[in-house]
Amino acid sequence: MTNFLQQVVSGLASGGIYGSLALALVLIHRSTGVLNFAQGEMATLSAFLCFTLVDHGWSFWPAFGATLVLSFGGGVALHSVLIRPIQRGPLLGIVILTIGLLIAINGFDTWVWGGAAKQFHGPFSTEPITVGGVAFSKQDIGVIAVSLVVVALVGLLFTRTKLGLGLRAAAVNPVEARLVGVRVGAMLAVGWGLAAALGAVAGVLAAPSLFLEPNMMQTVLLYAFAAAVLGGMDSPLGAVLGGLLLGVLLNLAGTYVHWIGGELRLATALAVILAVLLVRPAGLLGRSLVRRA
Amino acid sequence: MKVKLAGFGLVALALAVLPFPLSEFRTVQLATVGAYFIAILGLDVLTGHSGQISLGHGAFMAVGGYTTAILMADHGVRDVWTIPIAAAVAGAIGLAAGIPALRLSGLYLALATFGIAVVLPTILKKFDGFTGGSTGITLFGKPAQTGHGVGVWGLTNNQWLYALTWTVGAACFLLAWWLLASRFGRSLRAIRDSELAAAASGVNRAAYKVGAFGVSAAFAGVAGSLYAINVAYVSPDTFPIQLSLTLLVGAVVGLYGSIWGALLGALLIQFLSDLVGLVPHVDTKQAGPTTLVFGLVLVALMLLLPLVLRLASAITDRGYSRGR
Repeated sequence: MTNFLQQVVSGLASGGIYGSLALALVLIHRSTGVLNFAQGEMATLSAFLCFTLVDHGWSFWPAFGATLVLSFGGGVALHSVLIRPIQRGPLLGIVILTIGLLIAINGFDTWVWGGAAKQFHGPFSTEPITVGGVAFSKQDIGVIAVSLVVVALVGLLFTRTKLGLGLRAAAVNPVEARLVGVRVGAMLAVGWGLAAALGAVAGVLAAPSLFLEPNMMQTVLLYAFAAAVLGGMDSPLGAVLGGLLLGVLLNLAGTYVHWIGGELRLATALAVILAVLLVRPAGLLGRSLVRRA
Repeated sequence: MKVKLAGFGLVALALAVLPFPLSEFRTVQLATVGAYFIAILGLDVLTGHSGQISLGHGAFMAVGGYTTAILMADHGVRDVWTIPIAAAVAGAIGLAAGIPALRLSGLYLALATFGIAVVLPTILKKFDGFTGGSTGITLFGKPAQTGHGVGVWGLTNNQWLYALTWTVGAACFLLAWWLLASRFGRSLRAIRDSELAAAASGVNRAAYKVGAFGVSAAFAGVAGSLYAINVAYVSPDTFPIQLSLTLLVGAVVGLYGSIWGALLGALLIQFLSDLVGLVPHVDTKQAGPTTLVFGLVLVALMLLLPLVLRLASAITDRGYSRGR
């Protein structure tokens, strides 16, 4: 039982990271209809930024805040410079462009910071705290708390502010939104910025446990895709729940199904993606927007 | 048609005499280009002509590479004879993968194939009894199977590898050319341009789309097999996700649908780092700068996509239909 609870909590911690990145993917997919394959590498770049600030003597939280602001700006710039010009072109063209970005950012990271894994000291210590005989890592609790707070803030932004209303309107029906005076282009840019900032949260939270290196988020991206597909590609709530569910599911499968272990963790996530796409393309909470060819 | 055949003859002749003035090192590099070339041809058939995207073609290369390695290491088969078997195995798996792919629209096919390419190395490591796990399979020191040190037609080992790769490459090129100019290729392009119109004209969409997956995977299997023979070693890290993405860049550079462009794409994959190295103060000993430029090339190509497509249709599509 003790082991079970520990696995659930550490699964929720990874799930929080998957959920944040999945939410970023869903925000972009909902508004632009694109799967952003560069989301993981963008998150890695953000983590490297935060690492560099801390390395220059900043304390963690200011560095984290600055990273979020910079990432937001980067996302907005990315949309304005690269995505917007070809927005009317074929969807797959934009997807392939994001793959170009993936490769380019990966190369940039390797060039600037080198390929070797770096130790990134997060704000939470790794020592355990014991609650009722069960030892939890402080880092896991901290990661869960931060990701939930961030997700809640994004939720409030979308449901309680005028900006959020505009964002939703631009995503759901751009033509009519424009008619009632929503600046759709600006909303899409803000959406990319938000996604980049959410990715930064995922990247910075993941870095202490994964070691910081240019390929760090490649597997996390696949988990995030699995979470987003599981929850429904057009449902932000689904993405977060999908992330948490996937994190716990993978941990439990790894612990109790010996054949899966740690080695087939990634393969299990792929199996989730394929199963959901083929059996229930809308995911758990999504509407049936995924079109079968 | 005559002009095209003459062009093929000239390129083939140039490729045939090329290794003699070149160093052994360059010869090996060009042999690898041949393997990329074949894989990109396959990707052209699938993505360029049937409109189904694959971000995981490295996985089919891995199937071919491992088929060759296992046959050579465990069953003592001569390297050349493993190539058709690798094509058959990869082709069969491609056909099997093509069936579920029918149910996925473009975006999700991209996701699924990306996932397969990311996951593949972990699966290769898991079934280590069969694949040799992380250590991989070494094919060195098997003169009876590779002809190494025996000397075929007075060629050095590397020249022999080059000759083998490019002979197969030329055969694959002619095969792709013929396939794409035939009813098969026309049907694929009809489906790509409008599934509805194609179906209304009596094209069996499912059969052709699955067929395209099979053909494309078989090409990738041949490429993987030759890659394994050239490098004489396979491991899970021989076929990383980066390889699949690289092939996609090569295919895009090949102006989507032009099979001559595949040659350009393959050359770019191998020699971009040399080009980047020409820039002063850039150290290409580490992968970063080359990878960065590679990604930027892809981004730039996609930004110029409307122009590229117009050029591509002006140059190539007419050619296929006129040739018949």
